[in-house]
Order: sequence, then C-alpha cells, then structure tokens
Amino acid sequence: MENLRNFEQVCAILKEHDHNPNRLIAILQAVQDVYRYLPEEAMTFIATSLGIPPAKVFGVASFYAHFTLEPKGRYVVKVCDGTACHVKKSNDIAEALRKHLGLNPQSQTTPDMLFTLETVSCLGTCGLAPALVINNEVHGLQTPQSAVELVSEIQARETAVHA
Amino acid sequence: MMTMVDLKGLKAKAVEAMESEGTLRVVVGMATCGQSAGARRVMDTLKKDVAELGLDNVKVAVTGCVGMCTYEPILEVLEPGKKKVTYIRMDPEKTARVVKEHLQGGKPVLDYTVGHDHAGNLKNLEDLQFYAKQERIVLRNCGAIDPENIHEYIARDGYAALRKSLLEMTPQTVIEEMKKSGLRGRGGAGFPTGLKWSFAAPNKADQKYIICNADEGDPGAFMDRSVLEGDPHAVLEAMAIGGYAIGASKGYIYVRAEYPVAVERLKIAIGQAQEMGLLGRNIFGSDFSFDVEIRLGAGAFVCGEETALIASIEGKRGMSRNKPPFPANKGLWGKPTIINNVETLANVAQIILKGADWFRSFGTEKSPGTKVFALGGKINNTGLVEVPMGITLREVIYDIGSGCPHGKAFKAVQTGGPSGGCITSADLDTPIDFDNLVAIGSMMGSGGMIVMDEDNCMVDIARFFLDFTVDESCGKCTPCREGTKRMLEILDRIVAGEGTMQDLENLEDLAENIRLTSLCALGQTAPNPVMSTMKHFRDEYLAHVQDKKCPAGVCKALLGYVITADCKGCTKCKRVCPVEAITGEVKQMHVIDQALCIRCGACFNVCSFNAIARN
Ligand SMILES: Cc1cc2nc3c(=O)[nH]c(=O)nc-3n(C[C@H](O)[C@H](O)[C@H](O)COP(=O)(O)O)c2cc1C
Ligand code: SF4
Ligand code: SF4
Ligand code: FES
Ligand code: FES
Repeated sequence: MENLRNFEQVCAILKEHDHNPNRLIAILQAVQDVYRYLPEEAMTFIATSLGIPPAKVFGVASFYAHFTLEPKGRYVVKVCDGTACHVKKSNDIAEALRKHLGLNPQSQTTPDMLFTLETVSCLGTCGLAPALVINNEVHGLQTPQSAVELVSEIQARETAVHA
Repeated sequence: MMTMVDLKGLKAKAVEAMESEGTLRVVVGMATCGQSAGARRVMDTLKKDVAELGLDNVKVAVTGCVGMCTYEPILEVLEPGKKKVTYIRMDPEKTARVVKEHLQGGKPVLDYTVGHDHAGNLKNLEDLQFYAKQERIVLRNCGAIDPENIHEYIARDGYAALRKSLLEMTPQTVIEEMKKSGLRGRGGAGFPTGLKWSFAAPNKADQKYIICNADEGDPGAFMDRSVLEGDPHAVLEAMAIGGYAIGASKGYIYVRAEYPVAVERLKIAIGQAQEMGLLGRNIFGSDFSFDVEIRLGAGAFVCGEETALIASIEGKRGMSRNKPPFPANKGLWGKPTIINNVETLANVAQIILKGADWFRSFGTEKSPGTKVFALGGKINNTGLVEVPMGITLREVIYDIGSGCPHGKAFKAVQTGGPSGGCITSADLDTPIDFDNLVAIGSMMGSGGMIVMDEDNCMVDIARFFLDFTVDESCGKCTPCREGTKRMLEILDRIVAGEGTMQDLENLEDLAENIRLTSLCALGQTAPNPVMSTMKHFRDEYLAHVQDKKCPAGVCKALLGYVITADCKGCTKCKRVCPVEAITGEVKQMHVIDQALCIRCGACFNVCSFNAIARN
C-alpha cells in the first residue's frame, strides 16, 4: 500500500487495454493482481482515466465476487464448497481451518495478514473432492486434519523465516 | 505470412514425430485434476531422471486428463507397435523406478499398472470396465495429445474440418450439415445448434460474433475445463467453423477465472494457431478471416446465462435481460451473436469431417451423439465419462462408476446442478436424454452427476443449492432476489430443528411463485432442488420438523457427539480430532469439549470400540 499514490502500474494496465471502458473488468482484474485487492483510490483513478462515473466502477467491482475491496492475506486459502465437495463434508474442512486460524465467516483474514480463508464453488477437481486451493496450488482429497496440517506447515515455514 | 497451410504435409510430419520407430512417448496427465494429485512432482522427476540417464529415445509430453480421477497422477508409456502401458497413482519415487526399469531397462513395472489378465497380459486404462461403455467423441483427444502442441492436434486430423468447410462447403451447407446431425446444445437447454446458427446467418450486419461459453458454473461439473485443458484447438476450430457459417469474423471465449490452467492452454493454442495462419486473415487462402479473444469471468454464476454473459463481456455488471430480442439478432454490442457451450463446440469438427449420419449413429433419435458427465460425490470411480445418449443412469452409476464406496447404500443422484433435481433408485433405469431427465423431475444441465449415499441429508442438499442461488442471484427481479431468500430462511430454520409444518407449506407456495414469475432461468429453476427433494424425501423433512432429528447425521444443530463408558482410552479419537476438542490420558476415558467440537464426526468414524455416540 506504500505505493498507492503512485499509479504507475495502473497507468500501464490502462494503456495496455487502450483506455477502453469496455475492458473495465479485465482492467480491474489486472489491477487486483497487482495490489491483491482494489484500493478505493485506484478505482477512482481508473474511472477518471476511462471517463466514466466512479459509481459505475464501484458497481462493477461490487457485483463480481472476485473483486475484493479489502486487502487479503499473503496466503489465500479457498475451500471448495461445490456440490461434489459439499457431499463429502467440505464444511468440516472450512470449520476446522476457521478454528485453527481463529477466524469466522465475518472476519476472514488473520490479523498478521498471513491468511485469508474463503469458500469457493467448485475448482473443477470434483473427482478428487473435497478440494482446496492455497494461492494457485490445488490440493485434492482433503480431510479437516490434512487441511490443518497444510496450513500449519506454512505457519511453521513463515515463523522459521522470521526467526 | 503463410496463407495456404499444407495441412496434409503437416499431419504426416506430426504423426511421424509422435510414432517414430524406437521412440518411447511418455505422457503425464497434467490437467488441474492431475496437478492437484501431484502430477507436477511426477513430471519433474521424470524429466530429471530421463535427462540424467541420457535416454535420447524418450519423448516426454504433457497431456490433458483421461478422466479417471481416482487414479491420478497417471503416467503412460507409448511405444510404436506395442500395447500402451498405464501407470497409476504415481509419485516421484515410483516414477524414478519406472524410468530405470521400464524406460531404460525395457521391463514394465507391474506393481504400478492397473493389473493384468489371467494370461498375464498387462492391462491398461482402456481395458477397464470404466471405459467399456464409453464412446469418445468430445474427449477423443483428452489425455492422448499434448494440448500445448498444435502439431499433435493436427496429427489427429485437427483443422481438417475447418479446411473442408472453407474450401469445399458454403456457410449454408455447413449449417445444413449441423442441422442434419441433430446436435443439441450441451450448455443445459439442449437447443439444436444448427438451428441456432441458421437464425444468425441471414442477419445483415457489419459485424457478427460467436461466443464460446466456458463459464461452467454448475458446482460439480468439470467437463468443459477438461476439454479446454486437454484439447483447446478443438474449441478454436469449431468457433472458426461457426464463424464461417454465420458470417462472424470475431470470437470470444468467456472462461471462468477459477480455471487458470485452461486459460493458459487457450492462450498458447490461440498463439500457435495464429502463427500457423489457422486463425487470422484469409484462412487456407479463402476470403474468410477469423480471430479469437479470451475474456475472464469474475465469479458470478449468472454470467453463464447468455444475456448476462454478453453484459459482462461489454464490461458491465452481469445481469440478465428479457428475451426477445435474442442474441442471434441483437447480442454483443447490439450485433448478431451466437453463444455455444464448450462441449457443444467440441463436437462440431467431428460432425463436419465424418458427417451428420455418422454422428446420428450414436445416441437416440431426439438426442443424437454423446454426453460427457462429471461423476462425483459418493461414487467409487469419480471422473469424466462420455457415454452415448440413451444409456441408463444405472449403467453409468454401477457399471462405469462402480457404485457407492464403503458398501454404503445409494440414495440419490443429482443432475442439472442448482437448476436440477434428485433422481432416486426408482428411476435409475431411465435412458438418459434431454427429454427423459425432465420427465423424471430433473434435467440434463451441463452434465454434473453427483451421487449421494445414506450419509447425505437431503434437506441439507436442498439448503446447499438454495444458499448457492441466493448468493448468485443477480438481483434484477424480486421473486428471485427476495423469494429465494425467504426460502433459504425457512430451510435454515428446518435444519436448525426449528421448522414447523406451516413452513413446509410455505416452501411449496414460494417455490411455485418464484418458478412462474422470475425473469431468467436462474430464478425460474432455483426452486427445483427443493421441490424434488420434498417430493422424494418428504420423510426426511418430517424427521427434521417433527422429531427434530437429522436421520443422516449431517445437520449440526441436531447433532452431538459424546464418548460413552465403552471408551478404552486408546487415544485414537484424540489424535484424529482436527480442533483438539478431545482430552484424556491413555487407558482412561476421554471426553469431548462440546464448546470446541465442530461435529465433524471424525472421532465417531475412527473409534474401534463404538464408544462414541451420536444423537
Ligand atoms: C443461470 C444460468 C447459468 C448458465 N450457465 C451456463 C454455463 O456455465 N455454461 C454454459 O455453457 N451454459 C450456461 N447456461 C446456458 C446458456 O445461457 C446458453 O444457453 C448456452 O451457453 C448455449 O449454448 P449451447 O446451445 O451450446 O448449449 C446457463 C444458463 C443459465 C440460465
Ligand atoms: S431470475 Fe434471478 S438471476 Fe435471473 S434476472 Fe431475476 S434476479 Fe437476476
Ligand atoms: S466430532 Fe470432530 S470436532 Fe468433535 S470431537 Fe469428534 S473429531 Fe473432534
Ligand atoms: S465441487 Fe469441489 S472441486 Fe468441484
Ligand atoms: S482425472 Fe481429470 S478430471 Fe479427473
């Protein structure tokens, strides 16, 4: 967030998309890739640059589930709660991770900004349900226990780095 | 810029590269499913060991998925003139052994294959019961070719159908052939593809569009992902053929962002096709030009609906609108637009090449061809299966899927996703096609097939789907936005043990109302999962409402675990509990802290002394 006021990257993204308002969603996706969320200032800046009302940008950003207006943790854990995973008790995986990380459905990010826990409907690996994804790595055939272990491993690694 | 591609010459070269004498072709299934089971580590070991041993005759390739999820990661060895060898459930150690003993030493490692027959002949995937009743048209290249190498697609007649269309057929004869084939859209509604194309073709406009719907929103369906990851050129080729038929020079593929591997493979495929002049200007020297662009979804199920999808490509909120006007007349940016599903498109090149009559030789009179189903849930052989229409559900679930695991009793199979319904054992002998599934109270949908056993609670399933639709309603019309919320509130009460008989009645009234008055199919079909479970499993609803019990042991508010005096203090439950809710010393009775317990049942399942009671 240090470079929030420095919109160089946002400018580059806008240019890449020819400042075309039709490409608003792709622009927001690219900007979110940079900041891991959509800072309010960035959205206002995008609106001005594209010559459209800020309300339109906020409207689109709030409509789509992928856009997040708040910063997320460095590890985003998404537990699949699609049908195939649900019938194999994916709820218990999410619940065990919530307890382990001290989170609840309202507060999904740990105070140290290390983890964000979300659910997602279907990762397309239903044959290996229940599944979860940590950043871009999909893990199949999970149990509450194995999921907690995966997260514990990351925690151990992170503490080791900072010790 | 090369305009006239010598497809025959390319094909001969590509075939030679794949099947030349003395080479071993080793492929690893690297679709998302394979990767989630650990295929990347298998690939890394394979490449490293082959290089270290200097095995120059070994060609390693990535491939899509063969559809047998339970066996992932899968590695296959192909040698010209010999039977293919399939290795399953691979890991780096096993891979190292295969490289040494098989690739270098010439002796297959029997331990990791799928078995052998009485005479000792090695079996491979194709010998399995899982494949016996399958017919592969859509998935014909998935797991066979390297999706990142256009030459391998060409080796299997890739782009020959586009060539034939452009050089030997007119747009009208392409449409006629599609009409004759009887292909019906695989995106859910089953609308005849040729007919749809014929609506857009005569419209005069300076620009028309063809869109591939790869939003695959049904949670539990993954056939489109598999096609995109395993055979992306088949979709591109079909889009170009469709573009030629309706007069569109531009195509969009709208893919959900949850499929990063598919997106990557599509990008590679588009790049390669452009480079070879198979996309772009004056394809095969004809005056037809065509290009394709990818657009990513942003996590809205309703964007699978065609008018919402168009709004989303235009950079707007993905909201449905009233039809007419239909997209074929007024679609993307007001121009005539055709939208087809991935699986629908994956049939097109084969139909053009082999003819409508060939296609009609599969399936039924009214639903010709095959359908790919994603078999998931409580079934032994989870995976992707492509079967001729007209096969019975029983054949799919028992002969191919091999039934429910752990000897549990089959309860129902859910098809059609959030718009569909549950089918019970009474209807398992119904031949599957678009119309029959509707007749038994469900629908084809995109092809998700989720099997449920005695441990699944049908009220919970109904609540699950409704929760999904409430989340995904675009909010434009009141019955869907508010009505589904009211239904969810009622179901929430029922699973919490607070439901009344009046609630059941209200559910039915609301359902009927929402079905009749919602603007788009999302709302109109949202009550289906509730209606169908209420019809077939009324006793379960009554158990929740009247007895305050969840017979399947799923609904947490009606559930609790306690350790009884039978406890031997073996500590097994304590070790398995994911939230450390169990305390106790060895050989002493253990206790569960009810405040910590999340009612996952892990302890209940693991106890060898039946010392944990569930109520
Ligand atoms: C709420 C809703 C979601 C849909 N989701 C999808 C989808 O994910 N993929 C798809 O191909 N069609 C989906 N459809 C159907 C499309 O609107 C459209 O009928 C289809 O893409 C047409 O292609 P086809 O004729 O090849 O089947 C959905 C429809 C509705 C109402
Ligand atoms: S039925 Fe639902 S999804 Fe469809 S337009 Fe109405 S609110 Fe939107
Ligand atoms: S039900 Fe699950 S959370 Fe509760 S005590 Fe048993 S293992 Fe632990
Ligand atoms: S339902 Fe979880 S991966 Fe599809
Ligand atoms: S093995 Fe690929 S879908 Fe399961």
